[in-house]
Amino acid sequence: MSTEHKITTQNVNFKVFRFNADEDYLPYYEDYNMEVTSEEVVLDILNRIKWDHDGSFSYRRSCRHGICGACAIKVNGRSTLACKESMNDMIDLFGNELTIEPLSKKRAIKDMIIDKADFWDKHAAVQPYLVAEIDEAPTSENLVSPEEENALDDADLCIQCGACHYACPAVEHNEDFFGPAAFAAAYRFSADVRDHSETRLADVNEEKQGVWDCVKCFECAEACPKEINPIGKITKLHQMAFQEGIAKNNVAVRHAVGFKKSIVKNGVLDEGGLVLYSEGPAIVKHIPVALKMFSKGKIVPPWGITKSENLDEIKKLVKSSSTAKF
Amino acid sequence: MEKLKYALFTGCTAKQSTPEQMMSTMAVANKLGIELVELTEASCCGASHLQDYDDFLSLVLNARNIAYAEKHGLTMVTICNTCQLNTAMTKHRLDNNEELKAKVNEKLAEVGLEYKGTSPVTHFLYAIIDDFGLDKLKEMVVTPLSQFNIAPFYGCHNIRPSELQNETHKSAENPYNPTSLDDLIIACGGMNVDYDEKNKCCGFHAELQSPHTAAALTGNAIAGAMDNNADWMVTPCPLCHLKLDTQADHASEAIGREVELPVLHMQQMVGLALGCTPAELGLKHHVTKVDFV
Repeated sequence: MSTEHKITTQNVNFKVFRFNADEDYLPYYEDYNMEVTSEEVVLDILNRIKWDHDGSFSYRRSCRHGICGACAIKVNGRSTLACKESMNDMIDLFGNELTIEPLSKKRAIKDMIIDKADFWDKHAAVQPYLVAEIDEAPTSENLVSPEEENALDDADLCIQCGACHYACPAVEHNEDFFGPAAFAAAYRFSADVRDHSETRLADVNEEKQGVWDCVKCFECAEACPKEINPIGKITKLHQMAFQEGIAKNNVAVRHAVGFKKSIVKNGVLDEGGLVLYSEGPAIVKHIPVALKMFSKGKIVPPWGITKSENLDEIKKLVKSSSTAKF
Repeated sequence: MEKLKYALFTGCTAKQSTPEQMMSTMAVANKLGIELVELTEASCCGASHLQDYDDFLSLVLNARNIAYAEKHGLTMVTICNTCQLNTAMTKHRLDNNEELKAKVNEKLAEVGLEYKGTSPVTHFLYAIIDDFGLDKLKEMVVTPLSQFNIAPFYGCHNIRPSELQNETHKSAENPYNPTSLDDLIIACGGMNVDYDEKNKCCGFHAELQSPHTAAALTGNAIAGAMDNNADWMVTPCPLCHLKLDTQADHASEAIGREVELPVLHMQQMVGLALGCTPAELGLKHHVTKVDFV
């Protein structure tokens, strides 16, 4: 090698989540102090805990090449694939005190091992496969052009590690919500030219479990070790619902559409008008908060809104640049 | 130092549901000697919802807003995390895709405008930190906030996706361990409170369609700050502010415990430290009473 590569070591204190669902009433944290070399990845540390300190320490691992998705855990709250994440990078981000936890503490079975059943159930629910009429005796190849493949937008790179799913606050609070990984899978197949599912897009648009409950926090984009950007796929599923004409007339859909209505009228948003259009008669439930806000000068009536200057430009652009219908 | 001058994209809430944010922005800019040229022609950014319906329209409208900043030859400064995200995301996409930029400019040409990509887009928080400088701010503090434990609430769209934020801001932020707002609190003389929810979601964007999730997230955030002895919270985002300030009742109901804390806009906190009056900072416009001033 032409450049000299020097291996360095640093002292790191690891605070490691320990729990055995069969024996422990509550989880606890064990401290391990180690000299960590610049060559190591997080999985090396898990191995050293097991091999050098406590043989009962449990975690999932398999390929060690960032492709099986088994070893996803959290370091200082950040979802990561243990086999892919360099210890040096972790120390750069968080310093020499690192907390190692499973992806979901509440789903822990033993140490880093979690019950991922909810993840797999939701994944299975979006038809994560091609729905297509297969000619059993084809006379030619079923070709997909590079442009058509590009439309998948890397969604096919997902390794189902669950990093995004357990980083998602909507998954945390809404047990029906499919979650970013399932949506990325739904997009991957819905965007495939060979796919003809008639139910998938509608399923992921249902109020109870669907894309509309995304809180837009970008935790999934940050967590994904394959940089798939799941929230980008959620956005695309929203857009597909309008393109396919299956967007339902509900509060979430009207909320997205309502921005355009407001913009074409005022340039700026009419906040009250948006809530009224989105909620319809259900707006009454917002009255208590609205009254409090009104008493503090936080509500501007429609006639008091300062419209954007050069509003005619905005109206013209909305007319010429609109690409979606509802 | 040459006088700092920016094109101000106020966003919609500053003119409607958070008037105190507009007042405090102007008061602080005035104290710091920062000149803000308001982009009165700007439209709504689409608030991270319009693109779900019509992505191209969202791009065109945001490009138009930036084009006005470019006409002034100024960096655009935003005062809302979501305006920052939508504007910076538009800029990122157009600056990295000539074909898309040409398509957007074809539309803008109809109204005599062009998006060139010459104006950076930054949030006022980062303008203060990166351009003005916290050392200089520290020297100007007349009322240090030394008796307060202040919980920073960062707001998703200023720290995620980090790829975009790192490209936009000089002080690259680690979304799992952000520091800008903590540094600002310290510069104002306050004690920064560390808590798990400081970089988490407030739930604002799902409030209408998923009220339980939204309220639980708000509740967890306030509870996290309270449990770590915060006297009040501070945020750079008016949307987070709306959730935390006006929705304490729903939040308490969702998490099964009473939670409530005063929440200040980042500008109000700086304003207090710089000696602005409560009236200048619009403190009377809060639903959760600011009772410590």
